[in-house]
Amino acid sequence: MHIVVCIKQVPDSAQIRVHPVTNTIMRQGVPTIINPYDLFALEEALRLRDKFGGEVTALTMGPPSAEDSLRKALTFGANRAVLLTDRFFAGADTLATSYALAAAVRKIGATYGDVDIVFTGKQTIDGDTAQVGPGVGKRLDFMQLTYVSKVVALDLAGRCIDVERRSEGGVQVLRSRLPCLITMLEGTNEVRRGTMVNALSAARATVVKWSAQDAGVEDISKCGLRGSPTVVKRVFAPTPRAEKAALVEPAGRPPADALIDEIFKLRPKLEADMFELARGF
Amino acid sequence: MIEERFDAIVVGAGMAGNAAAFTLANRGLKVLQIERGEYAGSKNVQGAILYADMLEKMIPNFREDAPLERHLVEQRFWMMDERAHTGLHYRSDDFNEERPNRYTIIRAQFDRWFSSKVQEAGAIVLCETTVKELIKDAYGRVIGVLTDRDGGEVHADVVVLAEGVNGLLGTKADLREIPKPENVALAVKEMHFLPRETIESRFNLKGDEGTVIEAAGTISRGMAGMGFIYANKESISVGIGCLVSDFQKTGETPYDLLERFKRHPSVAPLLEGSEVKEYAGHLIPEGGYNAVPKLYGDGWVVVGDAAQLNNFVHREGSNLAMTSGRLAAEAIFQVKSRKDPMTAQNLSLYKAMLDNSFVMKDLKKYKDMPGLLHIQSQNFFLTYPQLVSKAMQNFVRVDGTPKVEKEKVTLKSFVAARSWAGLFGDAIKFARAWR
Repeated sequence: MHIVVCIKQVPDSAQIRVHPVTNTIMRQGVPTIINPYDLFALEEALRLRDKFGGEVTALTMGPPSAEDSLRKALTFGANRAVLLTDRFFAGADTLATSYALAAAVRKIGATYGDVDIVFTGKQTIDGDTAQVGPGVGKRLDFMQLTYVSKVVALDLAGRCIDVERRSEGGVQVLRSRLPCLITMLEGTNEVRRGTMVNALSAARATVVKWSAQDAGVEDISKCGLRGSPTVVKRVFAPTPRAEKAALVEPAGRPPADALIDEIFKLRPKLEADMFELARGF
Repeated sequence: MIEERFDAIVVGAGMAGNAAAFTLANRGLKVLQIERGEYAGSKNVQGAILYADMLEKMIPNFREDAPLERHLVEQRFWMMDERAHTGLHYRSDDFNEERPNRYTIIRAQFDRWFSSKVQEAGAIVLCETTVKELIKDAYGRVIGVLTDRDGGEVHADVVVLAEGVNGLLGTKADLREIPKPENVALAVKEMHFLPRETIESRFNLKGDEGTVIEAAGTISRGMAGMGFIYANKESISVGIGCLVSDFQKTGETPYDLLERFKRHPSVAPLLEGSEVKEYAGHLIPEGGYNAVPKLYGDGWVVVGDAAQLNNFVHREGSNLAMTSGRLAAEAIFQVKSRKDPMTAQNLSLYKAMLDNSFVMKDLKKYKDMPGLLHIQSQNFFLTYPQLVSKAMQNFVRVDGTPKVEKEKVTLKSFVAARSWAGLFGDAIKFARAWR
């Protein structure tokens, strides 16, 4: 069995900065991490490999520095890592990204063995679109299993997989044929700590680097900025909250009463609304 | 257990560890370096000043791509009381040289760069991996390390301990004692961000020029300690540290000292309007020569802060760390190339090389200083700074008092505070400790 896990290197959300003029996220100088949702996908893939045998290939598209994330994936125990990096890929939206990734998955299949499952996280924390995973699946003509919370059973001989999928109304239990694409929900497993052997081989491994040409991309105009129909009309940052903390002196009264009075004084409308609401009971 | 065997395992990727790993790998040895942080430098707290000379010995062209902040053209010493500072200020255009001697750096960036050089030299660097203990054979010889990863036992001919000031690994393995509270300082530091131009105008700098302020006096509230302010490109490192034993005795807290230091009328204007992005705390070895533990044994050597190698009088630590790391590596290389075993006797070469270098010579020169400042901390950090400040104020204030009277008042204040015998005693003791 061969599983490809698509990961993305994203700015560490704990240390993010927004450019004061352009309102875009400043990526320079901000530490990067593997998109946290992708870790659940990676762990699920590693578990399936450990149970059923086979290999896990980690794949990402990004600048040369994205190698750090792939090396980390190797430390967790992935068998190999492929970095799709080319200036033609720069400025890609979800359409162009999924085009390039799908080409790379095809190439990975041709080079390292047919791909049975492609895993992604449910979405990235910097884009939040949840479009790339399904985009890759569609282009590969793989079955699509999104928002998966659990892989219930895998029948390699029978070429089918059972999963639980979280939907708005509840949980769906789905059976699909292989090959398929799975986008993994958060909190579904806990990513492992690689063993000493994993860590040592990761430190030594060479990350495979592919240009657009290496990855067998057929139509370069569908990549990067040229292949991205998305136009950003306006970007705005949330205005920082201006409220300040206030210190309330109870002055002999019950603290809760003093607190409520102070809140109503600061938010007169809230008091009126509360009374309105109370009348309903 | 890992079957593969290494020539050397270096524990830690700070200045000492990187210098050791770089030199060993450069000499063609098979090196495994293990760092517990996410990357080299991620756990580092130092201010920091880089001393070019010691790095040049290993990487002569480091200026081409190392992340350096500002080269220092100026050094200020401040003796502080509550509302004033008496300064000694040295600035020279000679420091605007082609190959500057000292730089401010940000260790999280610098160590990462240094680590990339270590990897280029051929060492294997494992991050996010903690060495839990040293592995010894039946004869008590160190033969490898045990990490916190599954199957984490690795063997090597020699282990270089560059684990930092706490040195838990070495103490756990009974190689040395845990540092005594009177031999370590606890320092806290904040990074204040400001636009480049603001920093340059506030510190009177142009381009990449940098400055360092070191401050002592009432800011440490009678404890043996020092404050520092380093100008980086777009940030200012500000911090203060005192001996742990003094903190124990007085019940003062480091963060309170730092808040007071930042509010001091001489400091506050430098930091005004800045954004604090980081705060951190760390121990610093301060015991000097007398606190240096055993530096080598069967299958191991210890370098840098873990060996308590820090010259607290000159605020030098990272260069001692680098030099000890490099010398340990050179010694190991020599033993290895003679095909000799890594016994204590053979590794004593490291100690001999270190004794012969500026590291031990400098530490020896100031060997009595820690004791003096420690026992007399009230006088040196509280009484004298206040007296000096009063004397300076008396000297510069023009109020119609005859100068002869003024000098008498100043002299009287010194004698009243310390007595003639005390003044002479302090002067002699200080001169001796300096010599």
